[in-house]
Amino acid sequence: MTASLNAMLPLGTSKVVAKDLNVYYGDKHALHTVDLDIRAGEVTALIGPSGCGKSTFLRCINRMNDLVDGARVTGALTLDGDDIYDRSIDVVQLRARVGMVFQKPNPFPKSIYDNVAYGPRIHGHAKDQTELDEIVMTSLEKAGLLGEVEDRLQESGTSLSGGQQQRLCIARAIAVQPEVILMDEPCSALDPIATAKVEELIDELRENFTIVIVTHSMQQAARVSQRTAFFHLGKLIEVGDTEQIFTNPQQPLTQGYITGRFG
Amino acid sequence: MTEMAQSTTASRRSAQVVAARLGRRYSAERTFRLLGLAAVVISIGFLGMLLVSIVGKGATAFLQTQVALEINFDPAVIDPQGTRDPAALDTADYQQLIRTAMITRLAPDADRTTRRDLTAMISAGAANQLRSMVVANPALIGTSHAVWLIAKDSVDMVMKGQASRQAGVGGNTLNERQQGWLSDLESSEQIRKAFNTTFFSVGDSRDPELAGIWGAVAGSFFSLLVTLVVSFPLGVAAAVYLEEFAPINRWTDVIEVNINNLAAVPSVVFGLLGLAVFLNVFHLPRSAPLVGGLVLALICLPTIIIAGRAALKSVPPSIRQAAAGLGASPLQIVAHHVLPLAMPGMLTGTILGMARALGETAPLLMIGMVAFIVDIPKGPLDPSAVLPVQVYLWAGSSERAFVEKTSAAILVLLLFLVAMNMVAIVMRKKFERRW
Repeated sequence: MTASLNAMLPLGTSKVVAKDLNVYYGDKHALHTVDLDIRAGEVTALIGPSGCGKSTFLRCINRMNDLVDGARVTGALTLDGDDIYDRSIDVVQLRARVGMVFQKPNPFPKSIYDNVAYGPRIHGHAKDQTELDEIVMTSLEKAGLLGEVEDRLQESGTSLSGGQQQRLCIARAIAVQPEVILMDEPCSALDPIATAKVEELIDELRENFTIVIVTHSMQQAARVSQRTAFFHLGKLIEVGDTEQIFTNPQQPLTQGYITGRFG
Repeated sequence: MTEMAQSTTASRRSAQVVAARLGRRYSAERTFRLLGLAAVVISIGFLGMLLVSIVGKGATAFLQTQVALEINFDPAVIDPQGTRDPAALDTADYQQLIRTAMITRLAPDADRTTRRDLTAMISAGAANQLRSMVVANPALIGTSHAVWLIAKDSVDMVMKGQASRQAGVGGNTLNERQQGWLSDLESSEQIRKAFNTTFFSVGDSRDPELAGIWGAVAGSFFSLLVTLVVSFPLGVAAAVYLEEFAPINRWTDVIEVNINNLAAVPSVVFGLLGLAVFLNVFHLPRSAPLVGGLVLALICLPTIIIAGRAALKSVPPSIRQAAAGLGASPLQIVAHHVLPLAMPGMLTGTILGMARALGETAPLLMIGMVAFIVDIPKGPLDPSAVLPVQVYLWAGSSERAFVEKTSAAILVLLLFLVAMNMVAIVMRKKFERRW
C-alpha cells in the first residue's frame, strides 16, 4: 500500500518542499529562510555542526515542534502539495503519514508485539487480530528484526539490546505505513555493528519510503544518502547529490565542514 | 597569604598535594557517616520508646476480666407468666439473676449495702450477656449454668495489675470487702482474663469494660473510603490537566502556587470550611463519615496533586515523543503511556495523603465527629466516631481503665497505618515498570 503510494510519484519528484521556512524558539531565530526539496524514494541526509538547525528542520516535517513551548514557524512547508502548517491539516493524521525514529531508542515499556501494534491499533489499520498479527510480522520483517524476536514477541521491548531496540522503533514507525520516515541521529547511541545493521536497513527501506536522516557522522551520510543538505547556524548552506557534496562542494563552509576544519 | 599558599602548592607535585589533604577528606567522611548513623539510632530510639510505652500500657486492653457465676435461670424472674413471649424475655430483670448468684456464692446473709457492693463488681453489660443467651435459647429457662460474666472495670484494673492489690490505694477503687471477695473468687479460680472480644466488636461506652474500638474502625473505614473515592479521581485529573494540557501562563502559575499553599494550610481550617459548606449550606448529616470523608478529601487533594505532578514529570519525555511520533492524540499519549507509567508515584502520593487523613483529628471535631456514639455505623451516612477522635475522647476520660483503652486504640490506629502502607508498597511493586 505504501509502495503504491510512492509509486504514483516518479522517483525524484519532490515529496516535501520547504519555501522560505523560518522557525523561532521564543526570541531565538533557529532556522533562517530555508528552501529545501526532499525527493520521493530517496534518502536525504541533513548534516552540520551541533545547533545548526538540522533537527529543527526535521521536526517541522511532522510538527514535533508543536510540543515545544514557544516554537513558531513561518513560511511554507508542504507534503505532496498540502501545507503541513495549514489549519485544515490534522496533526494526528500528518504524523500517521510522516513517521519518526528518535536519537535514543525509545520503545514503550510494553511487549515487543504491543510496541509494533500500537500505531495500527490507534489508527484502526487492522480490521481483526489476524490482520494486526500480519502487520506486526511484516513490519518486524521489514525492520530486519523478525528472526531475532520471533519466539519472544511477548517479552518487554526494553529487554532488547540497543541496536535491536532502535530497529524495533523503526518497525513501530513502519507499521503505521507512513510515506516519509524522519530519523533523528538514529545511530548515535549504537555500537558500530548495530549501526551497520541500521544503515543497511535504511538502504532497503528506501524502496518503499522517503527518508530524511539527521546525522553527525559524515561517513554515514555518505554511505546511506542520495542527497545531502548542509546546515550552518540556522541557514541551509548547500544541498546537492551526496557524491557532489562530498567530492566537490560549492561553498567554502561546506568544504570546511566535510574536511573536518570545524564541526 | 593566599597567593603565597598557591605558589607553594603549585610548586609541589600533584600527588603530594592530594596526599596532604587525604586525611582531612577521610575524617570528614567518617564524621558525616557517624552523624548519619547517630541520627538513625536516635530516631529508632524514640520510635522504640513510643512503641514500648504504648504496647506496655495498651497490651492489657486486649484482655478482659470475667467472673464465673452459677446462674440459675429462674422462671419466676425471667418469665413469671410462662408465655415465653420474646418481648417479655427481652425486658426481664436479668440483673436480679446475677445479684442472686453473687449473694449465693459470696455473701448468703447480705444486707442492703453488701448487696450494692456485690453487684458493683459485675459489669452492667453482664445482664445483656444473659439476655442474649436466653433470647437465643429460651430452653435455658429453668436450668442452672456456670456463665463467664464481664467484671466491672474496678475489678479488671486490679486483676491486670494496673491498680494496687490493696483496697482503696494506688488506683484500687474496691473496698475491703470487695477486695476480700475478689481474693475468694481467685482462690476458687472463678475469675479469669480472657481475650477481649468486646473491644473489637462494639462501639464506645461510658463503662470502660464495655467500650470497644469497632465503631471507630468502621467510621474511619467509611471516612477513608469517601476520601479515596473523591480525592483520587479529582487529584489525578487535576494533576494530569495541569501537567500535560494546561497552557503555561499567569493563571496556571497562580493555581500552582495556591495548590502548594493549600498543602500547608492547618487542617482545622478545612474543618471549619466543611462546617460552613457541607453542614450549613448543603445540610449534610452531622457527625457522618460522608462529611468527614469530604473534608479529609479536601486535605488530601493538594498532596495527591503535587505527588501526581511529580510522578508525571518523571516519565521520560522520550515516551511522549515516541507516542506523538506515531500519531497518538494528546489524550492517547496520556492515557496509554504517561499515566500508566506515573501510576506507582501517584498511588504512593495518594496513600501518603490517606495516611495523613487517617490521623487527622482537628477538622473532624469541627464537623461534630467528636460526639459520643455507641452504635456501629452501617454506612457513610450514620453518625460515627473515627480512630483518632476515639483516642482523643478516651485520653480525656477520667476513669483509669480508659488509659489502656487509649493506648490500645493508638495501636489499632498504627496497625491501620502499617496496613495502608503495605498496600501502597504492594501496589507500587505491581504497577512499577522499567524503561
